[in-house]
This record gives sequence, structure tokens and C-alpha cells, in this order.
Amino acid sequence: MAYKRYIDRLPIIPADAREHNVVCHFCIVGCGYKAYSWDVNRQGGTAPDQNKFGVDLSEQQAPETEAWYSPAMYNIVKQNGKDVHLVIKPDPDCVVNSGLGSIRGARLAEESYSRTTFSQMQRLTDPLVWRYGQMQPTSWDDALDLVARVTAAVIREQGEDGLIVSAFDHGGAGGGYENTWGTGKLYFEAMKIKNIRIHNRPAYNSEVHATRDMGVGELNNCYEDAELADTIVAVGTNALETQTNYFLNHWIPNLRGQSMTKKEEELPDEPHAPARIVIVDPRRTVTVNACEAAAGKDNVLHLAINSGTDLALFNALFTYVADQGWVDREFIEASTLREASSRPPLYPARGVSEANPGHLTSFEEAVDGCRMSIEEAAEITGLGPADIVKAAEWIAMPKEGGARRRTMFGYEKGLIWGNDNYRTNGALVNIALATGNVGRLGGGVVRLGGHQEGYARPSDAHVGRPAAYVDQLLIAGDGGVHHIWGCDHYKTTLNAHEFKRVYKRRTDMVKDAMNAVPAGDREGMVGAIINAIRQGGLFAVNVDIVPTRIGEACHAILPAATSGEMNLTSMNGERRMRLTERYMDPPGQAMPDCLIAARIANHLERVLRKMGDDSYADQFQGFDWQTEEDAFIDGYQANAPGGEHVTYERLRAMGTNGFQEPATGFEDGKIVGSTRLYTEGVFSTDDGRARFMDAPWRGLQAPGKEQQKAAYAFLINNGRTNHVWQSAYLDVQNDFVMDRWPYPFIEMSPDDMAEIGVGEGDLVEVYNDAGATQAMVYPTPTARRGETFMLFAFPTGVQGNVVNAGTNELVIPNYKQTWANIRKLADAPEGTRHLSFKSQEYREV
Amino acid sequence: MQGCRRLVEVGRRQFLKGSGTMAAGAVAASVAGSRRAAATPAPARVDYPSNRLANVADLAVNEPLEIAYPDADSPGVLLKLGQAADGGVGPDGDIVGFSTLCPHKGYGLLYDPSDRVFNCPGHFSRFDAEHGGMQIWGQATQNLPQFQLRVDDRGDIYAEGVDELIYGRLSNVL
Repeated sequence: MAYKRYIDRLPIIPADAREHNVVCHFCIVGCGYKAYSWDVNRQGGTAPDQNKFGVDLSEQQAPETEAWYSPAMYNIVKQNGKDVHLVIKPDPDCVVNSGLGSIRGARLAEESYSRTTFSQMQRLTDPLVWRYGQMQPTSWDDALDLVARVTAAVIREQGEDGLIVSAFDHGGAGGGYENTWGTGKLYFEAMKIKNIRIHNRPAYNSEVHATRDMGVGELNNCYEDAELADTIVAVGTNALETQTNYFLNHWIPNLRGQSMTKKEEELPDEPHAPARIVIVDPRRTVTVNACEAAAGKDNVLHLAINSGTDLALFNALFTYVADQGWVDREFIEASTLREASSRPPLYPARGVSEANPGHLTSFEEAVDGCRMSIEEAAEITGLGPADIVKAAEWIAMPKEGGARRRTMFGYEKGLIWGNDNYRTNGALVNIALATGNVGRLGGGVVRLGGHQEGYARPSDAHVGRPAAYVDQLLIAGDGGVHHIWGCDHYKTTLNAHEFKRVYKRRTDMVKDAMNAVPAGDREGMVGAIINAIRQGGLFAVNVDIVPTRIGEACHAILPAATSGEMNLTSMNGERRMRLTERYMDPPGQAMPDCLIAARIANHLERVLRKMGDDSYADQFQGFDWQTEEDAFIDGYQANAPGGEHVTYERLRAMGTNGFQEPATGFEDGKIVGSTRLYTEGVFSTDDGRARFMDAPWRGLQAPGKEQQKAAYAFLINNGRTNHVWQSAYLDVQNDFVMDRWPYPFIEMSPDDMAEIGVGEGDLVEVYNDAGATQAMVYPTPTARRGETFMLFAFPTGVQGNVVNAGTNELVIPNYKQTWANIRKLADAPEGTRHLSFKSQEYREV
Repeated sequence: MQGCRRLVEVGRRQFLKGSGTMAAGAVAASVAGSRRAAATPAPARVDYPSNRLANVADLAVNEPLEIAYPDADSPGVLLKLGQAADGGVGPDGDIVGFSTLCPHKGYGLLYDPSDRVFNCPGHFSRFDAEHGGMQIWGQATQNLPQFQLRVDDRGDIYAEGVDELIYGRLSNVL
């Protein structure tokens, strides 16, 4: 039986309920919500004057009503120490989502910490330290003293390179401008930490170095552009499941022809039609299906390329478009580099250096360097030549009367975690630049994003490029202390099998040493730890909101507050910045990450002074923040472009719509923002001119991929699914989600299933030279033979176990191109027998 | 946004199409909140009416019969699936009943007999009639509300409860 809550009545929001601005803290889209709270001993009534909506709630409400919320949108939480009812529901007045809530964001309330309804009881409430052979609660001062003493001692012995850091760098939960500044100031200003990585990749690098090197910041358009475009090109993105309400509220209206009036009003001098869409993805996703339902199959071109061959496709499109003359000459002349330097000597095998694996150049040189015929691309990609030509026509063939076609290019992890990230990214930006689709209405070449963004940090220039491959350092036995902020590499890194094996061994060495010393003997304890580190051990500190898998290996765990338990600012995929207001208390002693960073700095300063190192201790001053707003003022306001115009008070007044960064002023009581970037044709390079990239195809680029492909039977493509946010760090305690996905699914062709003798729901082992993991078989008739798709980063079967260590030159992981064998482990276990294994594709009836 | 408003209109049209038999009958209001102690969260269950919806003889295999429960403003269907199913009643354990308001945004769900799934034309959600209304894929934060049924000696089918909150009402019984 499917999971049911048996909740058939909810308390009514009274007319005088408190109202707070909320931005969903999960995905990049950042849907606007409102949190309503009121005293637990009161409730509203059904009469219009008794409830927040002013409507008669004794009647059935219409579809799309504001006056309904689901049980998942309700909870009882603490607010200033008192129990309150809490409803978090989508905000109909937010231009991002217009009242839509996704299956993930609309569960914000249910996924809040409550000691009354027992939701998210996994949340960390107290600092924990390894004591008497297990993790034990302790005071902040005790935990921070241990962390500071061990960290200072390791730095004294090994220098700052002995401190390895894993830290979020994004917005939303586990991030935001306050917290990235807090950690950034600690590791990049007080210290100059070089061995640092980000939550989903093993180095401190950009996922999109190429577009930035070309002068095109990756979030350069606005969501309305998806309503204005003639053609949307979606590369390696399953937007319906991963940017749900951006897709539903801005793409679908254009595909359905519902934005025609807007197009005619905003762009009156050219012909318009409902949008067409080109989707580049080896897999038929629910996004493809939904586009077909909305636009008709004739207006959807799904290019199901061979995995990892995007670059060949883009180069053929670029070549064809250039040869047809479907380019924006005026734009190329005015806004792009016109004098090219010659190719590096070893190009295309290598760039001018490992830090620059492409060759930035002029339009003409790029066309020359990228040249690929339709036939050659068809051979590499597996596509029909006619489909490649059709895509080129949809992208760039002038409209009736000669008007330039407006095309928006959106890409995400299929490209970012795909083969030859740097050149593939560059090759896609080439097409957008050539066709004049940057900085224009209905255009843009943008990553679609995972998390929201919220980056404000001191310079990271000392990290270098290519940045250190941190996982390899840890595996090699380097470093003595590891600070982990909101990351769980046990679920979300590549080469995870080997990483976990070594990490456990190194951290166990320290645990064993700690077990031999009485907990109250601090001097003796630090000495034992340092001695274990000298022998190859690793002391690990984990800052998080929940217990994590990597946390099981750690020696100190520090409990953090999340969005809504603190004030938090972030921006979404169109650079829309909002403030989520604090509407409830954090669990127990949990604190915002920025304040945890500040307290670590305070303790390091104290410990270093005690050690007699005053000059180093002085570097840890400036962390006297008492609130997250202090960190915001110190960080964003003083450092972000336009930050001087932005305050909490102003953001609060601008509600869930906020403004689009960068801020340029404050007028009439509002922060003035920037709807699109590059509207003047001036790009983010020294001379203001964008670069093209000479980016020829070179097969599977990352080490070991070609061999793996040859040796194993199945492509293990991987990614997200609709029910689950990120690594399921909260969903793992949500019955509704875990009932649907007790194990990570692996989509398989029924013919492949028959061949290896497995049925729906059976558990299979996925194994190769990198490691092994498990998944639950989901029969998928649309899957091609030999091509599977597995849920990524799920706790009951980690896909990263079978991703090899190969990366590109800039240490970008290549999760997507993974091959392995599959064998049966067990018949479908009891927890899967009630599941539906029917097609996930909507069908028109 | 304007685009969204239009989407709403599309949804509304779909909604009407999907629940065409529903009369707009006014329902006597029993104020849910006012009749219980105020100091605690809502009690577990409201009092449901026992309503006769149809007779077993009215059902043909895999042909949805439009009904309403707990009142005329809450559309649903009865289905005889032909093989025993989760929550199924009747001599074959195969008769099930579901709300047909999508628990995401309230659009009328459309039943596809070919795979026995309810589809939502608004935002593409799908619910499996053979698996307790499990959301196969979709944006609702709950599985589809299923009616708890009883069949008496004469073959009359009664609904007597609902296992999830029905879209558009903060109490299943208004």
C-alpha cells in the first residue's frame, strides 16, 4: 500500500497569523513561499473574517486556490521558545513560481525540525565529540577548544596545507551569502587554505571555467527569456525534474503558445510563434515527454546523442550555422575578439597550459578550429544527419522577413559532469555568441543550476588553477585535519569506493588513539591525536545540520542551523536575490554556519596566543559577529558588486521577488537590479570583448574512460529524480519519499533485464574497476539497450562508487561517462513490493 | 505572471472537462475548527459519512464510474480493476475508489484505462490506481486520496473514509 498520512484536517491559518518571506532553500529556481505562524493554542475559522485568505473555507476551493495547503506544508515548531503552528505555502505573487510548489519545496514545513510532530528528529542539536568510543554531546566551548587545538597543532607541524577543507560554496540551505562569507573569511583571509574542495567536486574550481574565460558569466539571462525565445536549446538538463517551476511556469507557457501576447508586446517588429525546443540528452526524460505534450511532437527535437559526444554535435552546428551565414555579424564585430593569437604548439592535444585547456580566439579562427561536417558528427553522435541540420535551422535560420531567431541555450550537469567539460562548454557558448544570443531578449547561454547561489568570499587566487585534487590528497595520506562543511563525500564524490576505504582507515587511527586517553585530559588527548596524525591518521571535523555518512568517520561534529532558522540570503538562476526570514528556532544549540566559523576563529586566536604565536593569532581577528546579519554586513555589503545598496531591511520589504543582481542603486524605496547581463555588448574580459573557443573534438577526454567503455557492458548514466532533493539528506527521514524510493532506481531496457535475468524491483550490483554499488531495477521501455540511468547520490546505493577518478584538466569530475557490469543480488525485497513500476511519462487521455 | 494565469485557465478548462458530472451543490458547513479543543493539534480523524455510491453490478472492469465523496463537491471515481488491488473491496477485492482532484493543484485527473493510471493535464503528475494511488511521478506532496470502501450483502458499495487530505478543503468533511 502506498504511504498515506491519514491526516484529513489541518488547522486554519487565522487572519492575524504572522507572515515571513521564504525562498525555498533547495534548488536553483528559488520559488517564493510564505511562512505563516501562530500560537499553538489558537486557530482560524472557516468564516472569511476568521482566516488569512478572507474566504469561506466551509466550501470546496477551486483549482489553483491560494486557500489550501497540503499536510506536507504544515508542522508545529518552536518560535522564540514557544510552540507555534507553521504553514509554508507557495507564494502566488512571486514571479518565479506564481504559486506553484514542487514535490520537494512544498515539503519545507514537513521537513522542519519538530519535537511535537517528531519530524526531522535526526537534526543535530548539540556539538558532539568522540568520547569513550562513541560520539557524545558536549558544550560549544569544549568542542571548539578541541577543534582549535588540533587544528593549530597540525598547522604548526604541517603548515596551512595540513588543513584540508570541504565546504559548500552555494546558496540556499547549507550556504547563502552569510555562510559562504563566514567560511571564506576564515579559510581565505585569516588563513590561505589551498587544499579545499566543494560539496560535489574534488577541487576548488568553477564548473564552467570555459564560459567565464570567454567573458560570458554563466547566469546571464532572466527567466522571462524562456517565455520570449523562438527556440529553447536544453543540453544535459532534465528541467522538469530539476528546475521544476522554472520549467512549468516559464518554458511550458511558451511551448503551449501562452506567451504569444507577451512576445508581441515586448518584441513587436518581428514574427512570432510558440517556441520550439531542442533537447540534447542520451536519455528520453520526462522533460522530453512534457515538452511533446505541451508543444506537439513536431515542435520538439530530442537529440539522443551517444553519451559524451555533445562537443561533436555543437561543433557541427557551429560549422553549419557559420557556413550558412546565419550569424550576427554586427555583434561579432562590435563585441567579440577580432585579432586572434596563434594556436598553442601542442594544440589540440593540449592547451597553452594545464590551466587553460582551450584556445580562446576570434570567430573565424574558432570556426576553422572547430570545423566538423554534419556527416562526421552524425557518425560520432549516432544522430541522423537530417536531425542535426534541423537543429541548426531551429537555432539560427532567420525568421520570416529576415529577423534574427531568438534562441536560449540552457545547460546543466549532462554537460558539466560530462566528457571534456571545458571545450564542450566553450563550443556551446560559441553558437550563442555567433548567433548574437547573449544579452538579448529571448536569448542567453546559461547554466540552469543545481543549488541557488550565494557566493561572497575573499579572493581565492592563492588556490591556483588547476586547483588541488583534494580527494587524491586525502587518499594519498596527506593532511592532518579535515574540516567538512555541509558536504557528504561518502554519497557525493567520485571514486567514492576507494575514498571511503582510505578515509575510514585514517580516521579510525585517530579514534583508536582517542580511546586510549581519558576525555578530561585535554593535553593528553591532543597529544594522542597529533601522534596518530603523524602516523597517517586524520582528524575530521564535520559541520552539518544532520548526521551524515562521512560524519560517521568524524571526531567532532558541530550542529548548524538551516534556512528559516536563521536569516539567509541567496540568489537564484536569474540572479534574483531574496532574504529568507527566520521563522523558527534552530534545534537545540545549533548555530548559523557563519557564526560557527566565527567561533572557530575566536578559539583559534585564543589557542594560538596561548601557544605564543601572536602574529598568526592576529590574523584571526575580525570575527566578533553576534548575528548572521553581522556576517552579511561584513561580507556581502562590503564586498559584493552593488552590495552597498543591499540591506536586510530593504530585502525584507522586497518580499519574495527581491531584485536581480547586481544591484545598481536604491530608488523609490526599492533596490534597483539588473534584468539581464551584457545588454550593452560589453563582456567580462579585460577589453570587454567576448572570446570564441577553438575547441576541436578529441573523444573521451578523461583518463580511463575509453578503457572502461570498452571493458564493461552498460553505460551507467546517472542524475536526479523528482521526489528527492540532493543527496536525500532530509528526505531520508521523509516517509513519503522513502516509501517511493527505498533504494536508488536503475532504469533498464526490458530486453537487458531479460538478458541478465532480473525483474522489476530486484536488487542488482553495479560493478567495475572503480568499485561496486547496488540499485533497484526499474523497467524502462524507452531506455536504449546497454544504456542505464541510476539515481545519483542516494544513501542506500551510492552511484559514485563506480565513477572512476578521471577528471578533466581543471579537476572537473566526469560522473556521467561511467560504464559497468550489472548482476543480480536479490529478488525484490519486501520494501519494494508495493511500488509502482509503471512509466513515469504523462499520457494524454 | 500572465503566462501562468493562462496556464491556470487551461487547467480550469481541463478541470471542468475531467469532472463534468459534478453539481455545484451547496454543502451545509460544519465548522471544523470550532468544535474541538483548541489547545491541541487536529484530532486524527474527522467523522465521515457512510454514503452509498453504487452497486457492484453498476461496475464494468476498468471503466471508471464517476461518483462524489464525502459530498457532491468532491469528485472521484469507483473502479473495478479485475484483479485484487491495494485497498480493494468486493468479492474479488478489486473495487477501489479515489478522489480525482490532483493533490498538487486541484486539476481534474483523467483515467487512462490502458495502464490504469490517473494523469494530470496541469503539471503531468501520474497516480497508479493499482497501487493505492501511489504518485508514480508528479508534483503533489502526497499520494492520491483513496476512499475506504465497504460492500454490503446486496452488493451496495459504501464509502466511509478517506486516507489523505482532499485538494481544496482543509477538512475532508466540510
